[in-house]
Amino acid sequence: MIDRSILMCLGSGSNPFQHLEKSAVLQEARIFNETPINPRRCLHILTKIIYLLNQGEHFGTTEATEAFFAMTRLFQSNDQTLRRMCYLTIKEMANISEDVIIVTSSLTKDMTGKEDVYRGPAIRALCRITDTTMLQAIERYMKQAIVDKVPSVSSSALVSSLHMVKMSFDVVKRWVNEAQEAASSDNIMVQYHALGLLYHLRKSDRLAVTKMLNKFTKSGLKSPFAYCMMIRIASKLLEETEGGHDSPLFDFIESCLRNKHEMVVYEAASAIVHMPKCTARELAPAVSVLQLFCSSPKAALRYAAVRTLNKVAMKHPSAVTACNLDLENLITDSNRSIATLAITTLLKTGSESSVDRLMKQISSFVSEISDEFKVVVVQAISALCQKYPRKHSVMMNFLSNMLRDDVSSSKDGGFEYKRAIVDCIISIIEENPESKETGLAHLCEFIEDCEHTVLATKILHMLGKEGPRTPTPSKYIRFIFNRVVLESEAVRAAAVSALAKFGAQNDDLLPSVLVLMQRCMMDSDDEVRDRATFYMNVLQQKQKALNAAYIFNGLSVSVPGLEKSLHQYTLEPSEKPFDMKTVPLATAPITEQKTEIAPMATSKLPEKLAPSRQDIYQEQLAAIPEFQGLGPLFKSSEPVQLTEAETEYVVRCIKHTFANHMIFQFDCTNTLNDQLLQRVLVQMEPSESYEVLHYVPAPSLPYSQPSSCYSLVRLPEDDPTAVSCTFSCTMKYLVRDCDPNTGEPDDDGYNDEYVLEDLEVTVADHIQKVLKPNFGAAWEEIGDEFEKEETFALATVRTLDEAVNNIISFLGMQPCERSDKVPENKNSHVLFLAGVFRGGHDVLVRARLALADGVTMQVTVRSTDENVVDVILASVG
Amino acid sequence: MDSAALEPSLYTVKAVFILDNDGNRLLSKYYDPELYPSMKEQKNFETNVFNKTHKADNEIAFLEGMTIVYKSSIDLFFYVVGSAQENELMLMAVLNCLFESLSQMLRKNVEKRTLLDNMDGVFLVVDEIIDGGVILESDPQQVIEKVNYRCVSEQAYGFVLFDYITGNMEAQGERRQLL
Repeated sequence: MIDRSILMCLGSGSNPFQHLEKSAVLQEARIFNETPINPRRCLHILTKIIYLLNQGEHFGTTEATEAFFAMTRLFQSNDQTLRRMCYLTIKEMANISEDVIIVTSSLTKDMTGKEDVYRGPAIRALCRITDTTMLQAIERYMKQAIVDKVPSVSSSALVSSLHMVKMSFDVVKRWVNEAQEAASSDNIMVQYHALGLLYHLRKSDRLAVTKMLNKFTKSGLKSPFAYCMMIRIASKLLEETEGGHDSPLFDFIESCLRNKHEMVVYEAASAIVHMPKCTARELAPAVSVLQLFCSSPKAALRYAAVRTLNKVAMKHPSAVTACNLDLENLITDSNRSIATLAITTLLKTGSESSVDRLMKQISSFVSEISDEFKVVVVQAISALCQKYPRKHSVMMNFLSNMLRDDVSSSKDGGFEYKRAIVDCIISIIEENPESKETGLAHLCEFIEDCEHTVLATKILHMLGKEGPRTPTPSKYIRFIFNRVVLESEAVRAAAVSALAKFGAQNDDLLPSVLVLMQRCMMDSDDEVRDRATFYMNVLQQKQKALNAAYIFNGLSVSVPGLEKSLHQYTLEPSEKPFDMKTVPLATAPITEQKTEIAPMATSKLPEKLAPSRQDIYQEQLAAIPEFQGLGPLFKSSEPVQLTEAETEYVVRCIKHTFANHMIFQFDCTNTLNDQLLQRVLVQMEPSESYEVLHYVPAPSLPYSQPSSCYSLVRLPEDDPTAVSCTFSCTMKYLVRDCDPNTGEPDDDGYNDEYVLEDLEVTVADHIQKVLKPNFGAAWEEIGDEFEKEETFALATVRTLDEAVNNIISFLGMQPCERSDKVPENKNSHVLFLAGVFRGGHDVLVRARLALADGVTMQVTVRSTDENVVDVILASVG
Repeated sequence: MDSAALEPSLYTVKAVFILDNDGNRLLSKYYDPELYPSMKEQKNFETNVFNKTHKADNEIAFLEGMTIVYKSSIDLFFYVVGSAQENELMLMAVLNCLFESLSQMLRKNVEKRTLLDNMDGVFLVVDEIIDGGVILESDPQQVIEKVNYRCVSEQAYGFVLFDYITGNMEAQGERRQLL
């Protein structure tokens, strides 16, 4: 005895549960059947069982059921703790033991009994083992329990009801009156739980939620948790109703900034910050409470404040400048997360002169912070480079150090973070021509030791694109060819493609590239061999046009579209070869997908290749029988609003262009809850020789359920230059009045119409954007057969930027070679635009702009079709 | 984490766990079935969290897309986990309630040995604070009253050792009877 107690004393850090054996514990559980019950020993055994379950020990169904049934005998004991542990065991075993419902009557007895200590936990255990069918049987008890005067009973019943909403919404919904009563309880937790349950039961009914909010925000709440809940509901409502900042909901949230609980104040500030369309003035009170929190002794509060300020700084850097001093104090915070957030916020709000100092500070502890925050740092740097392009060398050094350190510290993981760095370096290279060579050198160094295939292929693609146009392209060849020797198939294939680009661009490198290609043709992987053979043959032709078409500028079609067309082609055997022009073009050119600066997101979902918007439309339109045989969808425009925002009916139009037709899709929404519209169509009166062939009405348009109707229009065939047209539009429909509550319509209705705004079709609707990564090559490829040139004076335009933006939006073409960015302090600029005209004719535009008293513009157009050239020049003029 | 809209919900806590100073799990509850459904993922997460937090007492961290608030006491580490968008102070309220309740129940001896000797009480305390991810109670005093648990005192063993070393066999006998 003495020895044992000494051992226990000396080894006070050891774990008495450490060497538990499941079988031994289950063996011990037999004493549950002894009479009289020994509460202390039984309690100890139950604790062991729960401990084992908690450690992840697997219990077979039979042994679990056996132990469970033995445990039910312990309900005979009146030891409080033992009974409570029984409830816990029931909850833990609910899913692994069979026939757990045998304890229902014992639990029902406890939940309605005299012992208040048992009642709450018994309810929670009971609801855990109850299914939909049994719920009816205990419904009466649940209703009583919800309004019970003992807070723990009421809370337990409310929370359990909430858990059961998922399982049997309809039953729980019947308890809404009881929940309503509980919401007026004096107990803070009961009120919180009742509000939570009420919201879950009513959230689909916006009116009821609004009423609930009004009631409780007026009478005031006791629990800070309930306030937080209300703030979230209010901001959700505001967002859904697009309510302005004069709404009482906003006033409520703002009033919470003066609550005595920090939790509520923070919730309110965070809600305001996250509101879309919030102006700096509305932000100010929220920012000033966050500023106060920055000097709190509580780390969690400082963290919350600086994290939220960091978000404000993304959209409204000026609103946060007032906090710069407080943030400065946080950059040495011992909590590195807080320090990192403070620095990245300052990088967004501070001036150019403080950049060097902040970067130095963050370098001192960058190795200590978690990957999530490293990504935040990289994103901040990326944003900074756009703001202060002159600082790119500091940034580039910092990034490459981060990349290098990380490679040496951890071989695996950190993918998100490395990808962020690589993306950032690439975007710096694209923004700053001066940084190109250093950037490429850093990337070359990185792929020497990079275990992520995705990153390696991305960098190789980048090298292939930018490398050949640097002063000394030959130095990159070694890095690329090393990949061919050392890496996996995907990387080797990417390296081969990159090599081919060097060969195509630089004549003096061509012989060496051809030698390397020859080696690649002996590769063990068929994709690598195929690519090498293909490029070898193209390169040997030594023709600029071939190089441009097959090496520099890749496919411009939509990949899901191509897949579908090819599948269709194989289903219907035909003599005709497959025609690439029948495939819809890709809509979103790669460069437009700027990495958003917002997310710290580590979304766990695997990224899927989502079908583009246009592919979705293609599918929808193909399902309508009237629109068969129009060929592939060429282009879908952005939606155009044809009504004011706050009218009875909201209509927007999407223009779908086909080879010889256009389909106008009208998305209509009925905002009147006492009307049902039927047979809705939009009648169109064209101003030019456009011909409306067919209307497809929307059969029915109930309140707030959007529906679409369509019009099919044939484009004038005899006059290909008639590209623009104005349609006057009128919506026609049958109105049936209906009961706003039930939606039940009257039997008879009447015809009515509603005038919409005019709809314009412009030249941009006939041109699809296509990115030509190498514009020069594409220019040569098309040749000057149909080249035309004209000079225009743009008198009303004052800056080059404005001129460039006007031309791009007017023609709807894709700017290439980043020529849409006008360098600062220049008086002339050249804009390159590429696109495909309806019918599949490539069209390229080169616009030379000169600034002097307005802008003078010399436009050169090349295309594979003469008409197209005329159309473009005619519409510009 | 562009999460403008945080769906209004009572489900605040994603997980709560107590680890010892080697990072071993003493107690852990996961309330969101989608978050780390398997035991292996849970333990990996706990190891990762422990490695990143045990050196510095920083109170709050952001790992694997989760906000984690934590606190240590002698050889124990307490963690409360919520989503990235969750109000950090709500999580803090849960952590403080857990810690204060245990501290009261264990008579300020918040260390591994006492905790394990009163493991049944610890299970009950956690059960009273969080139910399926919903904060059930945040006032430590209420929690203690509801659990109504009698702590097994560790102190007695200390006296036994003291008496043993000082050779006070008589007192030892008495204490043994007391136990």
